[in-house]
Amino acid sequence: MEKPVLIREDGLRRDGRRPDELRPIHIEVGVLKNADGSAIVEYGKTKVIAATYGPREIYPKHLVLPDRALIRCRYHMAPFSTSEHKSPAPSRREIELSKVIREALESVVFTELFPRTTIDIFIEVLQADGGTRTAGLTAASLALADAGIPMRDLVAGVAVGKIDGVLVLDIDEIEDEYGEADMPIGYAASIDEIVLLQLNGVLTPDEMKEAIKLAKKGAEQIYKLMKEALHRKYLRVLES
Amino acid sequence: MKNVSITPTKQPIIPSIKKETIKRLLKKGERIDGRSLDSYRSINILLNPIPKAEGSALVKIGNTMVMTGVKLEIGTPYSDRPNEGILQVHAEFVPLASPTFEPGPPDEDAIEVARVIDRSLREPRAIKLEDLVLIPGKKVWLIFNDLYLLDYDGNVVDAGMLSTILALNMAKIPYVNITSEENITIDRSTRIKPLPLNLNVVTVTIGIFEEDLIVDPCLEEELVLDSKITFAIDEYNRIVGLQRTGMKGIKTALFEKAMELALSKGRELHELLRKVLNNPENYIKRNLVIEF
Repeated sequence: MEKPVLIREDGLRRDGRRPDELRPIHIEVGVLKNADGSAIVEYGKTKVIAATYGPREIYPKHLVLPDRALIRCRYHMAPFSTSEHKSPAPSRREIELSKVIREALESVVFTELFPRTTIDIFIEVLQADGGTRTAGLTAASLALADAGIPMRDLVAGVAVGKIDGVLVLDIDEIEDEYGEADMPIGYAASIDEIVLLQLNGVLTPDEMKEAIKLAKKGAEQIYKLMKEALHRKYLRVLES
Repeated sequence: MKNVSITPTKQPIIPSIKKETIKRLLKKGERIDGRSLDSYRSINILLNPIPKAEGSALVKIGNTMVMTGVKLEIGTPYSDRPNEGILQVHAEFVPLASPTFEPGPPDEDAIEVARVIDRSLREPRAIKLEDLVLIPGKKVWLIFNDLYLLDYDGNVVDAGMLSTILALNMAKIPYVNITSEENITIDRSTRIKPLPLNLNVVTVTIGIFEEDLIVDPCLEEELVLDSKITFAIDEYNRIVGLQRTGMKGIKTALFEKAMELALSKGRELHELLRKVLNNPENYIKRNLVIEF
């Protein structure tokens, strides 16, 4: 396939978004019955569901940490989530992303409050259209909040990309594939901390500073939507 | 709970009194091994220690020792990139490198190191993959870049990246005899040309402890750090890769400080690379000399 035009003559993107505009975001919290906490997050066509269990007993026992909770995290893509069938066996990419998402969440969870237990986090990508790790991180952080796990802050994930030489917010799959850079960020807005940061691509130091600024702007908008979704859930509980 | 990312449990044990010492020193701007906050440990390099490999390099940063070997094979290109060679980066943390490493397939730490290095080469197109085609759409060179961690004392990424870029620079393509698509033979006794590269890349890992930044953390320091950021930097001072690791977030202002520090150290590492690659014969030894 030829490289498509990513920034149109009118300065807008293929799907009509401005460079600093997020895709339509849909968030729902408390969507699963069995899990202690759960959330669905959609960034445009990217659809992710996350669930948490715990704090609960650890098996096998030898993994127990005496001074804090163990956090286990699995980021996984459904075989039907991509254009071509994806093998359900965890790929090297999924193993790496499970690690960076876990470390992002460990940065905000008060693990020391639950020694000798485990908090398990499961993220399933149901449809992938770019930004699955960031949507997954957003969903996982909401699932932890839904489970009532004490955290220093919520984490919003968003990717900044560079396409046709322009820095843009929340890139989709085509923009990722044909763009020059993809920089996923996890940002805890209230405590102003970056908890996930990767870069796939090439940026100058000045572009990097701009990209971080843009990412924070996007993450703050998502953060607001996350809070609203949590409020909606508690209103629902109160009304029933 | 197979295939789940778990808080690393099996970490080397370090006495808490030592941890306290490291933290106290850092607060004073000092380090346990006497370095300043912004300096690397001594870096030692041996080129082509493994003549059977198409290219190889042994790099020691302090006590961390990584050997990288580049092997070239012939294979079929990816269907979406029919006119490009293939690069594969793998890392093995073999059990002889640390009392905490166990035999088995690469764990998430080894996978992460390999993928960070892979991206840092791929994204700026460090290797001219388009020049590695033997029969367009059918046969291309496969580059197997395997890094072997031999002794573990922290900052594996920087040592791994340095040995990788040196091994790739040393790699020579062997002569191939193509009679038909099925009949291609490699004559490894005759190496005809260097592996085509566009540019060199180094990584600089910055450790973060509270408000302080340190360059090239050793293992004992890694065990007390809040987090680390690895910057991949090319010879044009561009950032071609980033990876944050660790269990504590970082403020934006501190990130920008870390970036400036990394860029200045990146220039030093590129300077070192130039020095080594301008006179490679000074770094080639007959034997595997580990004590440089």
